[in-house]
Amino acid sequence: MKFGVLQFPGSCDEVDALHAAGRVGDAELLWHGERDLRGADAIVVPGGFSYGDYLRAGAIARFSPVMESVIAFARDGGLVLGICNGFQVLCEARLLPGALLPNANLRFTFRQVDLEVVEEETAFTCACAGGELERSERAGARGERSEGSAADGHPILSIPAKHSWGRYHADGQTLAAMRERGQVVLRYAPGENFNGSLQDIAGVRNERGNVFGLMPHPEHAVDELTGSSDGLCIFASMRLAVEGARV
Amino acid sequence: MSEAATLPTVKDALALGLTEAEYELICKKQADAGGGAPNQVELAMYSLLWSEHCAYKHSKKLLRTLPTEGRHVVMGPGENAGAVDIGDGLVCAFKVESHNHPSAVEPFQGAATGVGGILRDIFAIGARPIAVLDSLRFGDPSSPRSRYLLDRAVAGIGHYGNSIGVPTVGGELYFEGPYEQNCLVNAMALGIAERKQLVTSAAVGVGNAVVLFGASTGRDGIGGASVLASAELGEDDDKRPTVQVGDPFEEKKLMECSLELLRRGLLVSLQDLGAAGLTSSASEMASKGEVGIDVDVARVPLREADMEPFEIMVSESQERMLCVVEPENVAAVLELCEKWEVGGAAIGSVTDNGRMRVFRGGELVGDMPVRALVDDCPLYDLQPVRPTGTPYPSPEATLPQNSTPNEILLALLASPNIASRRPLFEQYDAIVQSRTVRRPEQADAAVLAVRPLGAIHGLGEGSGPVAGIAVSIDCNGRRVASDPYTGTVGAVLECASNLACVGAEPLGTTNNLNFGNPEKGHIAWQLTEAVRGLGDACRALQAPIVGGNVSLYNESPPTRESAGPIYPTPVIGMVGSLPDVRRAGRLGFAREGEAVAIVGPFEPSLPASELAKLLGRPLPDGLPGIDVETVAAAQAAVREAVRAGAVSSAHDIAEGGLAVALAECCLAGELGAQVSLGEEFFGAEVAAATGREGNWSGIPPVTAAALFGEVSGAFVVSGGEPALLALGERTSVRILGRVGGEALHIDLAENGGPIELTLVEMAQAHGALGELFA
Amino acid sequence: MRARVLIRPKAGILDPQGEAVQRALPALGFEGVGHVHVGRLVELDVEDSTQLESMCEKLLANPLVEDYEIQLLDGAPV
Repeated sequence: MKFGVLQFPGSCDEVDALHAAGRVGDAELLWHGERDLRGADAIVVPGGFSYGDYLRAGAIARFSPVMESVIAFARDGGLVLGICNGFQVLCEARLLPGALLPNANLRFTFRQVDLEVVEEETAFTCACAGGELERSERAGARGERSEGSAADGHPILSIPAKHSWGRYHADGQTLAAMRERGQVVLRYAPGENFNGSLQDIAGVRNERGNVFGLMPHPEHAVDELTGSSDGLCIFASMRLAVEGARV
Repeated sequence: MSEAATLPTVKDALALGLTEAEYELICKKQADAGGGAPNQVELAMYSLLWSEHCAYKHSKKLLRTLPTEGRHVVMGPGENAGAVDIGDGLVCAFKVESHNHPSAVEPFQGAATGVGGILRDIFAIGARPIAVLDSLRFGDPSSPRSRYLLDRAVAGIGHYGNSIGVPTVGGELYFEGPYEQNCLVNAMALGIAERKQLVTSAAVGVGNAVVLFGASTGRDGIGGASVLASAELGEDDDKRPTVQVGDPFEEKKLMECSLELLRRGLLVSLQDLGAAGLTSSASEMASKGEVGIDVDVARVPLREADMEPFEIMVSESQERMLCVVEPENVAAVLELCEKWEVGGAAIGSVTDNGRMRVFRGGELVGDMPVRALVDDCPLYDLQPVRPTGTPYPSPEATLPQNSTPNEILLALLASPNIASRRPLFEQYDAIVQSRTVRRPEQADAAVLAVRPLGAIHGLGEGSGPVAGIAVSIDCNGRRVASDPYTGTVGAVLECASNLACVGAEPLGTTNNLNFGNPEKGHIAWQLTEAVRGLGDACRALQAPIVGGNVSLYNESPPTRESAGPIYPTPVIGMVGSLPDVRRAGRLGFAREGEAVAIVGPFEPSLPASELAKLLGRPLPDGLPGIDVETVAAAQAAVREAVRAGAVSSAHDIAEGGLAVALAECCLAGELGAQVSLGEEFFGAEVAAATGREGNWSGIPPVTAAALFGEVSGAFVVSGGEPALLALGERTSVRILGRVGGEALHIDLAENGGPIELTLVEMAQAHGALGELFA
Repeated sequence: MRARVLIRPKAGILDPQGEAVQRALPALGFEGVGHVHVGRLVELDVEDSTQLESMCEKLLANPLVEDYEIQLLDGAPV
């Protein structure tokens, strides 16, 4: 299984994403100027400040040659994960509904946040509540999470968020439709929503379920030494989904 | 050589910050080299290179007394950054620099470009920047101006560091009246390089090309270095030229381009452009290589039309680098610049005539001997005069007299110099690059894995040790003002103590000397004594200076409120290594029932402490001496215990004394503690150290000292009792009590108190800075 | 031809920048200020002004959350 991690001028967390994905499968960087996705089974659009966040975050990256290929790949059902700036790029590219706006507190904020996994059956979260792969990767991880400590029994992931432009917005009609179709995949746990996202939305998928974006950074939660390994399951889920699709 | 305008006169020289004697010397140097009196281009270049900021006229002789060699040192002072060996063929490059005067004028861009500048110094020697720390000082937070400067400076540092993808992992923040008119913004950066990839800045190879790459050149900061940083900020604003504007996105591209150029072996040498722009970069490269350089300003990519040659030479436009390239590699260099979407142009060449020559097309517009420009600036001897009494006003009292020990502890926890810095550091990305093992407030020093953790698979109990680096930046200006020698020794020891708490051994030191006007006797005395303390402490700890910066003239003419100079503030940055980050220490209590001990020499004193400040006490004349050997032994004991995994937490006792340290351990671990101070805390040595006079809020001085007095080399450590007692083989240990419950209880028996505060109460006080960033 | 595009947050969407400015002005002594909104300005020379709307829809604005206003400026580039 191979992950392709995009690299734009100004990407910051692409190498972190590369290493995180590399714990689960093979991973390779894909330069923004090239159209060839090099046989990647899944694409990761990483965090950072592509093109300096000029005009609007993600507005320019969306038009790069590699994104043309990613859009086609997504239309064909390929798995695409967008993290932070990557989420912004996917919204600008209209692969995901809604838009990301400046944080309500107008400041860049870095904080470890608890996220509720609202939809556990997606290609990006299927390994996040006790899947086999996830268990073996999480040897020695925090035990208390598997008890489903959140309200409504949703599994909780502890993942760092760091952004100044992460307030999720969609109009009322869109939001209602998304909820009905189970497109809201991750929510900030009560008290954790620092950016003012509507309905505490932290991560959404498209209708088809092959494109997913979230503001927090799972690639920075793959090792207990740096605080948490709860983010690994997102990459593990993608691998399960790719391998399952091959069968 | 043609002259486009009439020659400048001595009046112009004075306006540019030179003295009459310096101007005459310049004329003589030019004459000796076959020229006439300096023209506009030449005078502008001399005025910058002979400014305090570039030439270190008043500090160079003093800096030569510092220890700069040691078994870990790979690159010492004199290059863009210093570097120490960290094993495995790798080095850690680091340096601290200041951007004080620009930040007082435009704090967002001043702080941002300060970060940009120090990052360039790191990758200029071939190291990839992996972390930034910031050291900030402003006036009292009751002042709207200080709140504004703080808010904007933090935003600027965050903007630059976050955007470029380098984590800001630590720092410090102080609020003191003397910084009201002259804030301090110091930025430190660290980088990692393979030892064989390190590059120096000396221009070599006659006939080699000089290539400028990065952003285009405009009128940013023209005259910045010479005018701003070499003179006091006056009442009138006419000496406040344009501040440089930084673009972190541009620098990110520049950094990747530079590192790839070096990886591919395309460069002979590399230098970044900072203060004094092309003038200093080109001249210093030539000086180090003992060569000459010709520069053609017509080939410099410009952002603004109609720039004069002198403007092009002194522009401080950001995000530019200068390199020397063999002629056959120039095309490849420019191609790589294009790949990374940075500008690049060959603008000159290396010569063998030892002259710095500036051309505009075919026309020679400036011709100076390199040696005269860079090396022959006169150096001045300081004339230190020890002042009688302190030149600083007493701090304003904010704590009511007759406050109880509980009230005092809460007031200290809420005080601006002690309260949690979370509202500040939450504006910084502390984790990008996946190396950060200890984030701010998790331990006394930042800890980073040498290699990004994601690059090492299969980490777990069974895998091998993960090498790490720790870093701390410290200085208590008020203590240095009270005793420049001892205060500076204390700052160096503070850094080393912080490193010990995470299990790191010091490798090397960097420093930024922030002082007032050195032409005044008492400032000269502060500077001389501080450098003496810096040298002695670094020698004792075997942590030599590998580089640093000097910022002088940080003072304004006395006005109604804020008078005169800043506190003398020698900011110390120290880097250490630890063999296994899995064992990196933490500051918070970890487990109910574990023992709590105080480790190391404990002779706390109150003068110049935070409590003294809150009570409005005048600064003392002198601080108690520090027994460096004893402190070093305590640091070693703590370090070894942390490395062995023998203790659960370690925290250095600093501002606010023992009670504050205990409270901080409780808050970080979200666990209370029940401790008691026995009679030995109230004995004769303590009484002697505190001084018997004065009313310490109605509490006996010995009690106030035991709870809130400040020291060097004492730690609060928690863990199993046998492990704590074992520390007694190398240093003093006293068991104080146990971790547990939801409150901090400090029993003082006959000597007052007790202190009893819940975690909730302490957390509320500790969150006081939140309202500054609301 | 010189054109100016003004981009504003759509009505009804939280505009914290506008609110921050609205809060700050009275503190400086300016009273009676309300309904402050902060947006963006793009100025450009174009040969074919009919393309401007499409430029706005595709790049200059995000129509999901922003409104835009195109102004054609008379005469030569400013």
